[in-house]
Amino acid sequence: MAVPVAGDVEGTRVPVRLVVDLNRCEGYAQCAFLAPDVFTMHGEEALMYSPRAGQAQREQVIRAVAACPVQAITVDGADAEETRTDAR
Amino acid sequence: MPADTAAREFRRQGRVVVVGASLAGLRAAETLREEGFTGSLTMIGDEPHDPYDRPPLSKQVLLGRTAADDTELPRRRRLDARWRLGVAATGLDLADRRVRLADGEEVEFDRLLIATGARARPWFRESEAALDGVFVLRTADDASRLDRKLAAGPRRVLVVGAGFTGSEIASACRERGLEVTVAERGPAPLVGALGGVVGAVAARLQREHGVDLRCGITVTSLEGDMAGRLRRAHLSDGTALDVDVAVIGLGAMRNTKWLAGSGLAAGPRGIACDAGCRAFDVHGIVTDDVFVAGDVARSPHPLFGYQFLSLEHWGNAVAQAEVAAHNMISSGLERRPHLWVPAFWSAQFGVNIKSVGVPPMGEEIVVTQGALGENRFVAAYGYQGRVIAAVAFDQARWIDFYRRLIESAAPFPPVFAGVDRRPEGARPVPADFPDPSLPTHGPTVTLSGYSPSERRLQFTPARA
Repeated sequence: MAVPVAGDVEGTRVPVRLVVDLNRCEGYAQCAFLAPDVFTMHGEEALMYSPRAGQAQREQVIRAVAACPVQAITVDGADAEETRTDAR
Repeated sequence: MPADTAAREFRRQGRVVVVGASLAGLRAAETLREEGFTGSLTMIGDEPHDPYDRPPLSKQVLLGRTAADDTELPRRRRLDARWRLGVAATGLDLADRRVRLADGEEVEFDRLLIATGARARPWFRESEAALDGVFVLRTADDASRLDRKLAAGPRRVLVVGAGFTGSEIASACRERGLEVTVAERGPAPLVGALGGVVGAVAARLQREHGVDLRCGITVTSLEGDMAGRLRRAHLSDGTALDVDVAVIGLGAMRNTKWLAGSGLAAGPRGIACDAGCRAFDVHGIVTDDVFVAGDVARSPHPLFGYQFLSLEHWGNAVAQAEVAAHNMISSGLERRPHLWVPAFWSAQFGVNIKSVGVPPMGEEIVVTQGALGENRFVAAYGYQGRVIAAVAFDQARWIDFYRRLIESAAPFPPVFAGVDRRPEGARPVPADFPDPSLPTHGPTVTLSGYSPSERRLQFTPARA
């Protein structure tokens, strides 16, 4: 399942912001297989990730979000603002 | 006007102000919009940055893998908020429903959410705290400065306080190949949060990874050279240590100063609120238009004897923000209690540490799976014959099971035959928490309520 993320709107493609709920994460490492540039295992089961994925990793990250067995990864929503300056 | 009509009207065109633009503030704002709030939303934050995530600051960022300004939190949705960032709230007028800002602006609200969080407790002597080389770690700017300093290759780093932040900093330093000394007042690292039995494991981990760990020791002074650069630290055992960098990890202080005189029950322990996140005023009467969430809140929890819990936990900030936001735009029976079971994680020295429940309430501890000596185990904490908390080292997958034991007040010691149960761990031993009245680096859970059976705090009225 494709998860819409910010940057799909109006063809503007920007880095993807992401966060992992590490209370929920149980170290299944699916993300580390699917997006190794963004997610890596640190020791036996601790996850370390880059909170901002580059353009080149977009598709990988989207696949990792969908594959996470405990749905612990959150990325920008499709209509999320890219900066705070939308409604000052 | 009936209550539900008023709630509908508020949902449509009310004015919400959120003070605090970090994790709790952002998640609350998202929830308000998700649940159909279409009124005006103002986000106020003292830091100049968009809401960002703090846990990576002591991990990925200090390892030099992520830039401190790359930790901005993703947005679940569009907020259509007015943002006032880089300007602190300085006062609250409850009668007129206004928040005063540092730049003189006053923002009116119908409902207010306070999510001002906490700040790093600074080194106690100001002149020494100002030395070049003395750091705290709380904000992205702190992390950025410390990362630059570590990258320059200091000869030795001193970490003051072996709580979670201090221990993670020490871990990052070792991973970067830096010499590090950790000075901890208590008998072991993490002892305030997890007790002495698990603290001993943390101590061994640190030493196995080459940390010069010194427990039962305080740093008495920091000494600089003529140019104002940190050169030496003096310890309570009379020794001195040549160091270029000192990171102060003495816990956090709640950001409640701006509420002094506001009439809210706000103080050094946070802002007292009910389980529905509504703030109490100084008379102990619950307000109906001021809500609290995140590190700055303390609220009663029925699972833990209705004690007021102050939790400096990422997950608490998210869960409490969502409940607070829901309740802000709901009335009466639609409102929900914040009954989240405390949980947190830490990654240090290659080990994934997870905890659930309230370990400091634990009187006894029993290793239910694995073995302490293997750095891979689960241990349960018991309180008055029930399971009150659990901690896992590299055994994250079991934590949810133990959460359900806590929620169901399962008997302690546990009666199940757990996977990988060892005979040597089967007998409960004292959990060995330090006396809560003694100062520590700041446990992540603070019990500050009363129960009829114990008395941990003394009420000291303020003098005129």
